[in-house]
Amino acid sequence: MSNGNGIAIDVKGLSKSFGGREVVHDLSMQVKRGSIYGFLGPNGSGKTTTIRILCGLLTPDSGEGTCLGYDIRRDAEKIKRQVGYMTQRFSLYQDLSVRENLEFVARLYGLTDARGAARDMIRRLGLSGREEQLAGELSGGWKQRLALGACTLPNPQLLLLDEPTAGVDPKARRDFWNEIHSLAAEGLTVLVSTHYMDEAERCHEIAYIAYGYLLAHGTVEEVIAKSALTTYTVTGEDLNELGAALTGKPGIDMVAPFGTSLHVSGRNVPALEASIAPWREKSGLNWQKSSPSLEDVFIELMARSKDNFQ
Amino acid sequence: MSAVEHPEPRRDIREHFGFLRRSYAMLIKEFIQLRRDRVSFAMIVMLPVMQLTLFGYAINTTPHHLPSAVLLQEDSDLARSVLKALENTKYFRFLYEVHDVDDFDNLLKSGKVLFGVEIPRGFERAVRRGDRPALLVAADATDPVAASAALGSLGMVVQTALAHDLYIGGPPEMPFEIRAHARYNPAANSSLNIVPGLVGTILTMTMLIFTALSVTREVERGTMESLLSMPIKPVEVMFGKIVPYVLVGFLQAFLIIGIGVGLFGVPVLGNLVLLALLSTLFITTNLSIGYTISTLVQNQLQAMQMSMMFFLPSILLSGFMFPFAGMPAWAQYLGECLPLTHYLRIVRAIMLKGATMENLRFDTLALAGLMLLAMTVAVTRFRRTLD
Repeated sequence: MSNGNGIAIDVKGLSKSFGGREVVHDLSMQVKRGSIYGFLGPNGSGKTTTIRILCGLLTPDSGEGTCLGYDIRRDAEKIKRQVGYMTQRFSLYQDLSVRENLEFVARLYGLTDARGAARDMIRRLGLSGREEQLAGELSGGWKQRLALGACTLPNPQLLLLDEPTAGVDPKARRDFWNEIHSLAAEGLTVLVSTHYMDEAERCHEIAYIAYGYLLAHGTVEEVIAKSALTTYTVTGEDLNELGAALTGKPGIDMVAPFGTSLHVSGRNVPALEASIAPWREKSGLNWQKSSPSLEDVFIELMARSKDNFQ
Repeated sequence: MSAVEHPEPRRDIREHFGFLRRSYAMLIKEFIQLRRDRVSFAMIVMLPVMQLTLFGYAINTTPHHLPSAVLLQEDSDLARSVLKALENTKYFRFLYEVHDVDDFDNLLKSGKVLFGVEIPRGFERAVRRGDRPALLVAADATDPVAASAALGSLGMVVQTALAHDLYIGGPPEMPFEIRAHARYNPAANSSLNIVPGLVGTILTMTMLIFTALSVTREVERGTMESLLSMPIKPVEVMFGKIVPYVLVGFLQAFLIIGIGVGLFGVPVLGNLVLLALLSTLFITTNLSIGYTISTLVQNQLQAMQMSMMFFLPSILLSGFMFPFAGMPAWAQYLGECLPLTHYLRIVRAIMLKGATMENLRFDTLALAGLMLLAMTVAVTRFRRTLD
């Protein structure tokens, strides 16, 4: 390992525009070695662009930083050797079989025994018996596994996974995350973007990005604490009417239905409590003060950033 | 998962082999993809076979039995022998005999005949008097290629026919002698010229399209993103994509020349090894140009359009369809920039004239130069990032 310090990704002030539209704005982040770093944010928030900058596929307009100790502007070739990048869209060769795809990657990275390495990976992925199947004919879940296998095959130090579990069934999603955790346990650093809150909670650290701005980062607990949000959970009847009535009242920053309950959140606690007071004692409604969920925090962040940046 | 660690000193040696290794990885991948694409694979064989047999037999620049009409304004022996002589050249086949000028014009105008011969009133008498009467031959010159060969044969034919009829006994000595000498192809057999030309044309078309689509296909299928995130250099991608098709091109050239020799009796007077070597150079040049196109365009449709933009001038300005020397100077300069021009000279010279490397130095250098130019453009144009 070329540098001994505990930071895998260290970037400052990254910006990137496409056709005059800024997609990533002044983004700084640090990712510890051996950690799983979750990258969250709505569609079009700049997650993919940031990941592409980190692995040298895009050059930032401004900003600097290192990835595995290599300069992201100058040493893109060296970074590529140590980084496994799993694209959002399946980007292995659909007309090559599972084995041929893996052997291609192994050869490209110069593994001494390409066939052996591909064979071992097929076994590890549980794809034995499917090795001659064309990659394009695999189901969504198997495609994801194969893609993960292909990018871990050359023993990278850093994995960049761009929405790896989009459109995959829950069982395959769970298996996928178990695999990511066992890879991290072996010392791999993983940066993974996702939309799923349950996946965010499986990350060691998370960052929330919206409209190109990094809005929050830290552990899940830190992000929730930093939001300074107080949430009341209401259960009962006519929650839709209640929600409509509360929206926009002073101190109420967010009203969001969650299954059979309604989450009412705000940062200014006295104002929030004053606004909900008329409904607190209403029969048929059960109010409970709770800490906000990660989803509450993100929806609130997104709503706030929308006002600020759009 | 064990981290592979390379001791630093070995790294440089590994780097050297890295080029070959990564090009090889790319090459194997391309081969598998080509093999799996059955239609393309079948086309590699079918295209040259179909085109060669079709065009080899169909294209004939010295056509025979052209439909003709005669406007007969007198029915004399001399007129009859002129017509007979014309028919004996096998260029003309007289389908109509008319006596009215309007009918004559309509036949030509409607395209029912390509030639019309008018024998004027008092033709025989004028000849005997020594008045040198005019014998009008009207040709439909909208297709000059078809008309020229037949027109060229007229003078002598008529003269000989007249000589026979005017004098009893053997034909008198002519005041001058016309000697036509068609070198290399004395029978004016088109296929001798067409078959070597088709080698070049078919190779240009197939090679160009194979590689013109190669990079855009990766971009459109999304595999380029993955490929770019891996440690492979533009030159390695290019070699990996070109080499498999050199073999394909070689197979095609072998097929075409084989059919040319076997079916059309085209000789190969020169050295076969030299022909194979220079054909490989030509194939690689075309693949490089196709690959360059691929790095310039954004999608497969554009790649096809640009290939056609290159292919059409190749056919028209290279000397395949029309004589190179007949073109204006600027068009000749343009033609010199096309690989097909040089290859046509090479392949015709080796097959028909038995030329050696000595004779072909300029065209070989030109091909190599064009190849290097295309490769340089391709490598510099290849985008290493998605910017």
